[in-house]
Amino acid sequence: MQATNILILILGLGLFAFYLGRGRSLALAKPLGGIRHIHSLPSYYGAHVALWCALPSLLLLGLWMIFDGPLINSIVLKSLAAGGMVVESSGESLLMNKITNLAQGVLPRKSADPELVAAADLMLRLEVISRWSLTALMMTLSLIGFGWSWSRISSSFRARPRVEKVMEKLLLACACVAIFTTLGIVLSVLFESIQFFRSVPIDDFVFGLDWSPQTAIREDQVGSSGSFGAVPLFVGTLLISAVAMCIAVPVGLMSAIYLAEYASQSVRGFAKPALEVLAGIPTVVYGFFAALTVAPFLRDLGASFGLSVSSESALAAGGVMGVMIIPFISSLADDVITAVPQSMRDGSLAMGATKSETVRNVIIPAALPGIVGGIMLAVSRAIGETMIVVMAAGMAAKLTANPLDSVTTVTVQIVTLLTGDQEFDSPKTLAAFALGLMLFVVTLMLNIFALQIVKKYREQYE
Amino acid sequence: MNKPVNTPVNNLEKIRKSLSRRNRSERLFRWYGRLAIFIGLAAVTVLFTDIVSKGHGAFRIAYLQLEVGYDQDLIGVDNLTDPEQLILGNWQAVPKQALRQQFPDVAGRSDKRKLYGLVSNGSGFDLKDRLLANPLLLGTRETVWVLADDDIDTYYKSWLDGEPYAARLSDKQVKWIGELHDQGKIRLQFNSNLFTRGDSREPEQAGIRGAVMGSLFTLLLTLMLSFPVGVAAAIYLEEFAPKNGWTDFIEVNINNLAAVPSIIFGLLGLAIFINFFHVPRSVPIVGGLVLTLMTLPTIIITSRAAIKSVPPSIREAALGMGASKYQMVMHHVLPLALPGMLTGAIIGMAQALGESAPLLMIGMVAFIVDIPAGFNDPATVLPVQIFLWADSPERAFIEKTSAAIMVLLSFLIVMNTSAVWLRKRLERRW
Repeated sequence: MQATNILILILGLGLFAFYLGRGRSLALAKPLGGIRHIHSLPSYYGAHVALWCALPSLLLLGLWMIFDGPLINSIVLKSLAAGGMVVESSGESLLMNKITNLAQGVLPRKSADPELVAAADLMLRLEVISRWSLTALMMTLSLIGFGWSWSRISSSFRARPRVEKVMEKLLLACACVAIFTTLGIVLSVLFESIQFFRSVPIDDFVFGLDWSPQTAIREDQVGSSGSFGAVPLFVGTLLISAVAMCIAVPVGLMSAIYLAEYASQSVRGFAKPALEVLAGIPTVVYGFFAALTVAPFLRDLGASFGLSVSSESALAAGGVMGVMIIPFISSLADDVITAVPQSMRDGSLAMGATKSETVRNVIIPAALPGIVGGIMLAVSRAIGETMIVVMAAGMAAKLTANPLDSVTTVTVQIVTLLTGDQEFDSPKTLAAFALGLMLFVVTLMLNIFALQIVKKYREQYE
Repeated sequence: MNKPVNTPVNNLEKIRKSLSRRNRSERLFRWYGRLAIFIGLAAVTVLFTDIVSKGHGAFRIAYLQLEVGYDQDLIGVDNLTDPEQLILGNWQAVPKQALRQQFPDVAGRSDKRKLYGLVSNGSGFDLKDRLLANPLLLGTRETVWVLADDDIDTYYKSWLDGEPYAARLSDKQVKWIGELHDQGKIRLQFNSNLFTRGDSREPEQAGIRGAVMGSLFTLLLTLMLSFPVGVAAAIYLEEFAPKNGWTDFIEVNINNLAAVPSIIFGLLGLAIFINFFHVPRSVPIVGGLVLTLMTLPTIIITSRAAIKSVPPSIREAALGMGASKYQMVMHHVLPLALPGMLTGAIIGMAQALGESAPLLMIGMVAFIVDIPAGFNDPATVLPVQIFLWADSPERAFIEKTSAAIMVLLSFLIVMNTSAVWLRKRLERRW
């Protein structure tokens, strides 16, 4: 909470500096005959002082918060090693956790190892030092910034361009958050995956046919080795996505065509938003619907025909996922169909074609690139969809193409591997990141390709 | 194709003959379209009816009327201000004794256990709260409505609907409920626990208050971070960015992030925020950060569209009057684009409110009874609460889950209609 207090303090200082700077420029302007005679408006002088007062110390705060934890940890570990304790690199994080818990009073101090208690005390001491030195440094920085910019206020000082330049840099920094997010995703997924591929060869992972990520608790356990062949997961994902597409593409496409070409204004005004309601429903609701309504219904229906349908069938999960994707496809297809120039329709109708012939032979071919792009975006969505499959699809990795059977998917496995508390470095948790890498790469390629197609198509008719 | 047409009459004949077939296929095509629309609308209707029909019952819950006695010896408490006594007190003995008095001829261990099973496990603590609110009651008797057990609740509701579901009850319990019903001592009341309590293992005690508060804190943080940053990014890209490779790179990144599966953001949060920065698990801070990164692309894209819709003449007029570029943007473009940006922000928040997959990764899926009071308290959010309840084996949780979904959907409907309303109200046509 200390950091929040400092933050509020610095922001308050900045506000104070703003009014001081503004007041000074006003005082400067008065003998000259009004603010017309100074370079910038008074508020810009104020803003200049405020920026110099607050920005450097806020930057320092950010950097400090990133580096102070790891630094303290390494000092504590060094002190342990200097005290003659052997610290293996694999047990480091566990040990650190223990010390942190001791320091925070979560673990009782009485029963703990005296060396660890000493380390915890050291940690507490370092934290206090860090906090106070941070506060002192930030205050000094603020005061220096304030004094410097205060002394520069004069009638010819170009405050406005300077402030605007800084503001523009801040805006650029906000825009770069997107890049940092992508970078963060790539780095986090990649690093853990590389660690995973050190213990499991990459070709075993990508081409292996057996997925059972249990790792042994005891050495002599049955099936303790744990095998990480991801093909059953890929097949399961594709099977469920295929079922979803079988429902979403025809329904979405036909409703888009009907709404764009046939429906009257009033029908369109009612049906389009009603279909889009489907897009606004949270996926967890679809998951509940699939698991508790659709799956039992399909199982009973199958039983009445003498078919054995699994109660976690790919058909139920995929079908509900398809319903979820209908509005996605229909609105994308609607966009591209309405973008086809009217002259092409008129030409076809003038040649005596019926409306459906115009749609089939003129509009669809013309809109095809856009439709394909939309479908690819929808496929990437189906592959990455999580909640529906977590709730309605199975856990067991089976290599089957039967939609009545239960399959598992990449996203289901990521969730099951990562929920609950595991040691972070076990191959079991790292496998989730490797699956995440696969998911990210595949959806990224689909998206880039699809966006390219859609963009090209738009340019064609603009 | 290349054959010259010798007799146009024949062709006309051909066309006339094919006409009925073509008209038929035209009609068929039209019906396919109608069918597709119908399937979509039917899906909406079925979904909503299913949820409502499953969930409407959860807003009422069964209570039993019992004559309870706050006997000091029975509870083991003689001083209500002593916290140790309050913790050690045998509160559940109060409803148990009341039940024995209601059915004096029940004997034998197993029968008695079944009898005690009529009321909720937590009903003793409800009575304790009642006693603490009114200490004069100690040592006296009163007639109160006591929360029934979830199996009793399920059975009683299904029995009132004419399809009794007694799979988890014994015949004796069914008989007792019948007697209570004849005496008017069992009834359905408004289920206020649903809105005032946190999660619980006992379905009749469980409420969504904790999840709603968790969602509130998470969304507040998301809004505070993603709206300013998103708007700033949109302003930069639309108004200031030079046309160069770097700008293109930013744009490609934003467009791709908008389509990255949400679970990937969960992996990001786990690896970066929790594992690297050591932010505690399960707290709204980390949830808010992850959802910020997830909704940022949406907000940037809608904000850019809003800025684009401001006509260039406004910009030119401002610049012509001597405003700097920055003043032009801040004083003229931004205020005019703000309604569109707000609409985008509401839609982004609605998306974040319904999102659960990335939050599973960062530990917001824990079983948390206490209602969070700040950004730093362990919390869960409404959709994750729905996920947790949907996984619970108790039949009564199906009803609860559906009710929680109804609450979630009504939040979403309010948010989306307010976005539409805002757009209609504030949108300016140029």
